[in-house]
Amino acid sequence: MKFSFTELIHRITDRKSWLESAGMFLGATVVGLLFGAIVIWSSNKSPIVAYTALFSGAFGSLYGFTEVLMSTTPLLLAGLSVAFAFHCGLFNIGAEGQLMLGGLAAGWAGYAIQGLPWYLHLPLALLCGVAAGALWSLIAGALKAWKGIHEVISTIMLNYIAFNIGDYMVSSNGPLKAAGIIPATPYVLNTARLLPIIPNTRFSGGIFIALVMAVLMGYVLWHTRLGYRIRAVGKSPSAAEYAGIPPRQTMLLAMAISGGLAGLAGAVQVLGLSYRFSSTFSPGYGFDAIAIALLGSLHPFGIVLASLLFGILHAGSVKMQQTAGVSNDIIYAISGIIIFFVALRGVLVNFQSRFSHKNATAKVQK
Amino acid sequence: MELSICMQGIVKSFPGVLANDHIDLQVARGEVHGLLGENGAGKTTLMNILSGMYRPDEGQIELFGKPVRFESPKDALAKGIGMVYQHFMLIPTFTVAENLTLGAEITRGGFLDRSKSESMVKELSKKYGLAIEPSAKVQYISVGAQQRVEILKVLYRGAQIIILDEPTAVLTPQETEDLYQTVNALRKAGHTIIFISHKLNEVLRFTDRVTVLRAGKVVGTRVTSETTAEELASLMVGRSVSLHVKKLPREVDAEMLKVENLKALDARRLPALRGVSFNVHAGEIVGIAGVEGNGQTQLVEALTGLIRTTGGTIRLDGEDITHFPTSERFCRGIAHIPEDRHRRGLILDFSLAENSILGYPDRISLRSGFRLDMKSIRKFCAKLMAAFDVRAPSPDVMAGGLSGGNQQKLVLAREFSRCPKLLIAAQPTRGLDVGATEFIHNSLLAERKRGAAILLLSLELSEIMDLSDRILVFYEGKIVGECLRETTNEDEIGLLMTGGRHEVLIH
Ligand SMILES: Nc1ncnc2c1ncn2[C@@H]1O[C@H](COP(=O)(O)OP(=O)(O)OP(=O)(O)O)[C@@H](O)[C@H]1O
Ligand SMILES: [Mg+2]
Repeated sequence: MKFSFTELIHRITDRKSWLESAGMFLGATVVGLLFGAIVIWSSNKSPIVAYTALFSGAFGSLYGFTEVLMSTTPLLLAGLSVAFAFHCGLFNIGAEGQLMLGGLAAGWAGYAIQGLPWYLHLPLALLCGVAAGALWSLIAGALKAWKGIHEVISTIMLNYIAFNIGDYMVSSNGPLKAAGIIPATPYVLNTARLLPIIPNTRFSGGIFIALVMAVLMGYVLWHTRLGYRIRAVGKSPSAAEYAGIPPRQTMLLAMAISGGLAGLAGAVQVLGLSYRFSSTFSPGYGFDAIAIALLGSLHPFGIVLASLLFGILHAGSVKMQQTAGVSNDIIYAISGIIIFFVALRGVLVNFQSRFSHKNATAKVQK
Repeated sequence: MELSICMQGIVKSFPGVLANDHIDLQVARGEVHGLLGENGAGKTTLMNILSGMYRPDEGQIELFGKPVRFESPKDALAKGIGMVYQHFMLIPTFTVAENLTLGAEITRGGFLDRSKSESMVKELSKKYGLAIEPSAKVQYISVGAQQRVEILKVLYRGAQIIILDEPTAVLTPQETEDLYQTVNALRKAGHTIIFISHKLNEVLRFTDRVTVLRAGKVVGTRVTSETTAEELASLMVGRSVSLHVKKLPREVDAEMLKVENLKALDARRLPALRGVSFNVHAGEIVGIAGVEGNGQTQLVEALTGLIRTTGGTIRLDGEDITHFPTSERFCRGIAHIPEDRHRRGLILDFSLAENSILGYPDRISLRSGFRLDMKSIRKFCAKLMAAFDVRAPSPDVMAGGLSGGNQQKLVLAREFSRCPKLLIAAQPTRGLDVGATEFIHNSLLAERKRGAAILLLSLELSEIMDLSDRILVFYEGKIVGECLRETTNEDEIGLLMTGGRHEVLIH
């Protein structure tokens, strides 16, 4: 059995039964939380106190819960982005860079374009974010399609370029920097903002955009010709080619859609929460997104649940830090363990079927 | 008779299918035991149980008189049972020796000992008469050679019992002959061999005894020398099967495909087609004969737009389609049964329904615009399955779960259902049982009668002889002979295939 990176990804992302996906989700979550508990305990803090604080922070108040949803929003969009590319056999590690540029473009459009009513300005600004993410990911797509450069390599490198573009734009003499000392663009106009819709919270309703995208993605992937083509190329490029589905164009398109979703994540974050772009607006949503996509078994519904879990961790960790004195870095350790657990499953299955001739038969046996 | 294997009351079910239903199988030490049965009868499943891939739901296995249980294929191999799957599991970029020793590498001081593993492979290959070049990269050796590597691999791990699942389906007649020698040598060396094949003449020639399965049950075991092809066929199918088709004289119609001076390169960028010209008429079957690797694969890929041509023209029904993309060619009325169903013809992780529309031109009404109408696709798939007797629980199961022959039938059903102007059929009956083969041959003749132009490629000369109206012989990327069926014979074609001079032979 050939052991390769692509093979491993296939193993992790194989179509699984509902039960299996749910089992993996729960297993990974429990192991992640247990591991977190051990770390907390080993630093002489009480895991019970810490987790109680975390969950009461997330669910104890309306404000807390809206914060959970606000954290969930970019994670969900970015998770969908990574998953969409996976369905075409592409591993988009570049969601973070695409998200960064999406935020930048939306932030720019939010203040630089003036005199439009909100119902034109807001969609336009969001669209700018989508377009920036899509164009950025298309570079990786084109390198893959025509030069055979693996997207993992190119998207990692493009991430660094994107981060530096973001930094430069708002650096002390960067072209988009607002007056003052803070390295950020000017505030976006009210006409481009996703304003709070519940009083006394920051809840912008961006989550609804993300949920619509999740539903749309499920529909496109399994109920349209486009989705059929994308999945066909993802499962078997040679069979897709046989069927007259052009693998290159399809990959490009899937990559662009994936990048567009990541760009939208950045745009929603900038237009709905910080109201201006600064190069530190994302604490790594695009990287969490990989764990979320895998934990959600690449299915939109699973990704909604997985991003909610991560949203709870992110939002609740603030209170955990305040009341239990446990650094919120712990949640990065937890998410790391979750990724590890999900990937481990792929490796284990791989060893199990080292001698099997086709994974289809091996899968049934498990 | 000393038994090497005794399987008793083996039961194995999959969701919706009882694949093995209380099977008893006894194989004597040092015998070549044939396993026959229709597509989906449960042969591969039974062997997967014997080789540790699957665990049986019920039943016992005894090995040399001792009860055993296998935890994994590795475990079974350690106990002496090795299986050579029809779909090889070699790493293309590794050498033969590296592939062979993978997982049990020969090392010196923690490093791979390349020269020692190569000499060991040489020794092993000499011992069993399996000619192989240890330092060659697997991606550049022939299918037959790859199979020899697979056999050596299990021998290297010390297998006493070797299972060959449809080993000859991918072999040329010459390679099949070599395999026959190998099997004999192994038997002489005291190995036990289980041999699965749908080709009755091979089973009669290779084996000592044959067990026939039908619908998951054993219907009988015969001593090979006391049975006939007809008896085996009727045991398998439950009715008598005619092993040769009856063909009506053709009514030649207009020219459907015209290929002129076609040139193309292979994957290594060496010329594979060196100026090929021929035509196929509506209502005609043109067979392409040739030793594998003489440009037939590239011809099919060039005709279907899978590779670019470097010269020449292709005309379909008068229209120049040389530079059309694959999807356009499908729309113009080409159907293609690919030689490799796993690589090209199916997506194993897709359901049967999803596979049933693979390659369908966009305009077919099953797909209304942007949306995929899964309900009518499912209905369509069910219709295909009924028409071609694809045995599977429902259109929603994954194609990877079907038996090899049933996968092939699904591809055939899909391609026939297009009502093509030109049908390109490469190895259409690969892996099919005798009943299904008969059915496909009749379907091909029905298409011919309907007025389709058919280009038939097969490794089996007898299939080409049975069905073709005209036969083109490929040799080194060129057509070296064109013969009418009525005026030629297997000997002549065979001679042409090996590069015999055609000027003398064409009448
Ligand atoms: N992994 C699987 N999942 C579901 N069903 C399976 C699986 N493997 C086999 N089956 C079913 O079990 C039955 C027996 O299949 P098997 O592959 O053993 O047939 P076979 O005799 O080898 O046929 P063929 O000659 O076509 O290769 C078939 O109906 C098949 O659909
Ligand atoms: Mg089989």
